[in-house]
Amino acid sequence: MTLETFLQQLANGISLGSLYSLIAIGYTMVYGILRLINFAHGDIFMMAAYFMVFGMVNFSLPWYISIIIVLIATIALGVLLERVAYKPLRDAPRMSIMISAIGASFLLENLATYLFTGVPKGFPDITFLTNSVTIAGVSLSVATIITPVVTIVCLFLVLFITNKTKIGMAMRAVSKDFETARLMGIKINRVISTTFIIGSSLAAVGAVLWGSKYPSIIPLMGVMPGLKCFIAAVLGGIGNTTGAVLGGFILGMAEIMLVTFLPALTGYRDAIAFIILIVVLLVKPTGLLGEKVTDKV
Amino acid sequence: MMNKIENKNNKTKRYAANILLAAVFIVVITLIDQNLIGDQYIKRVLNLSAIYAIVAVSMNLVNGFTGLFSLGQAGFMAIGAYTVAVFTVPINYRASIFYIVPQNQVLAQIHLPFFIALILGGLAAALVALLIGIPVLRLKSDYLAIATLGFSEIIRIVFTNLKTITNGALGIKSIPGVSTWVIFIVAILSIVLIALLINSTYGRAFKAIREDEIAAEAMGINLFKHKVMSFAIGAFFAGIGGGLFAALLGTVDPKQFYFTMTYNFLLMIVLGGMGSITGTIISSFIVTFGLEFLRFFDEPLAMFGYNITFFRAGFRMVIFSILLMILVLFFRKGLLGQKELSWKLISNIFKGKNSNKKSNKGGAA
Repeated sequence: MTLETFLQQLANGISLGSLYSLIAIGYTMVYGILRLINFAHGDIFMMAAYFMVFGMVNFSLPWYISIIIVLIATIALGVLLERVAYKPLRDAPRMSIMISAIGASFLLENLATYLFTGVPKGFPDITFLTNSVTIAGVSLSVATIITPVVTIVCLFLVLFITNKTKIGMAMRAVSKDFETARLMGIKINRVISTTFIIGSSLAAVGAVLWGSKYPSIIPLMGVMPGLKCFIAAVLGGIGNTTGAVLGGFILGMAEIMLVTFLPALTGYRDAIAFIILIVVLLVKPTGLLGEKVTDKV
Repeated sequence: MMNKIENKNNKTKRYAANILLAAVFIVVITLIDQNLIGDQYIKRVLNLSAIYAIVAVSMNLVNGFTGLFSLGQAGFMAIGAYTVAVFTVPINYRASIFYIVPQNQVLAQIHLPFFIALILGGLAAALVALLIGIPVLRLKSDYLAIATLGFSEIIRIVFTNLKTITNGALGIKSIPGVSTWVIFIVAILSIVLIALLINSTYGRAFKAIREDEIAAEAMGINLFKHKVMSFAIGAFFAGIGGGLFAALLGTVDPKQFYFTMTYNFLLMIVLGGMGSITGTIISSFIVTFGLEFLRFFDEPLAMFGYNITFFRAGFRMVIFSILLMILVLFFRKGLLGQKELSWKLISNIFKGKNSNKKSNKGGAA
């Protein structure tokens, strides 16, 4: 293998890892607050990609306006999902909430199959993202270079919101103790909606970057990234935003390196995330940056 | 005194009714088996319902009775189905099935009777369940949902890649079929075994874990052991169901066991009632027949000369997922909740007694 190929794959790994990170933040925040695996998060990501296709292809809007519309539509979808599927079940057994999450995910997948058909749609070409540049003999698309930057900026934004603002303080309180926070007068529903807004907008950003890199959009495109990003969140320590980003990077890197060094195992690239999950749960169940939580009786 | 006589009288009545029901059941199944009533289509859907009932009840054992959220049923079925497929296809057909990549030399020589292959499939599924369950079930069972959902995807990837054993994406054809009676007897046997397990001390421990893990542990129940046990036994019966599924369809390929198949079983146990075996059996038949008859939603429909535009491919699954959402949001208890169907329950419903009061007193009749 030449140095160029290696560098190329390294860049791909970093960029795939940052895409995973963007989605993983949404999982980890919702889990931190509701203790719920938001199974539909991957499908929100998928819908965002379709919104982009609609904005740019069907309504032929320029990309910067499309992105704004995609952000708004995805956030609306995320908040709607929370209102319809999770809010009515807030005091229900956990099993019911999980089934509702699965149902919502399945509904979005089926709705997308029904509305947009299972035939892959091409993601619109955002020329400024798909242009390629050559650095040190390695040809990379702008999207590959820009993705990690966007992820880091998003991470700092989320950290700023959770650590420095009032709503962020409320979010931390709710994730520490749901009931007490409610008794202290924190508006639980507003906090939860904010969490879903942040998660969905990151999923929308992720979808735009993902589409520029892998431009084939199908209704089930969110399933595998969704599962993997939850694993990334577990790897980093569930509930921890920085951990989710770290987990995402490690996962993306591991996947690309497997393909690079052991090309015979390319068929198993989707399996590596689950092996990582099993290893993490065996060795350090709290994840890399997670704190130890004790169950309260 | 009067009460006692009435009770005894009722008991004989119920006994007679049970025998009558069993007799009717035997006659109907034999007639269908001999193709005397119904057509091939009805027969096939009935067989499918019985197979789905095994898998749904096995899923209810894990999800409804033990309170673990497992989504791996399609994967466990795949293991059972492939075991039956690999070992029961007649040896002289095999070269023509594995025409691109030849079958593994050792496996190509082995042919097993159907029942041994079926049990082997169940055991293989249980073994895989142990491998997943032992690391994952030590922790809070949230991770089980992701691990099992992921597993049922991985198993498909593995089966697509292990071409010398599974023939990859082409699948295995010419699996010998079985009669309706075999399917129904295996289904009844499996469900009775699960019911016996649930009513044993182990079953009571499972229910205690479902209700409150911490309290159950304080009562001396070994959480980890019981969770792994429930999970592995659930996988065993899903494997059995998968084996029958392969024999019924006559062909297996990795695409059949897409993880969305598990959602069918999820709908069945939610509709029937999480924690009700009879409810699950009834809903398996309702859902399987429903999914077949709802197929007309996928066909274009013209009414009064207009084409109704929303009748097209995929509409059936949209309805299916909306039904699942409505059930879990508004009718969380499903048909039977945690009760079991019995003559007592039926007569109570007809007498208009408040059956909710009964369940508070603790119980399945």
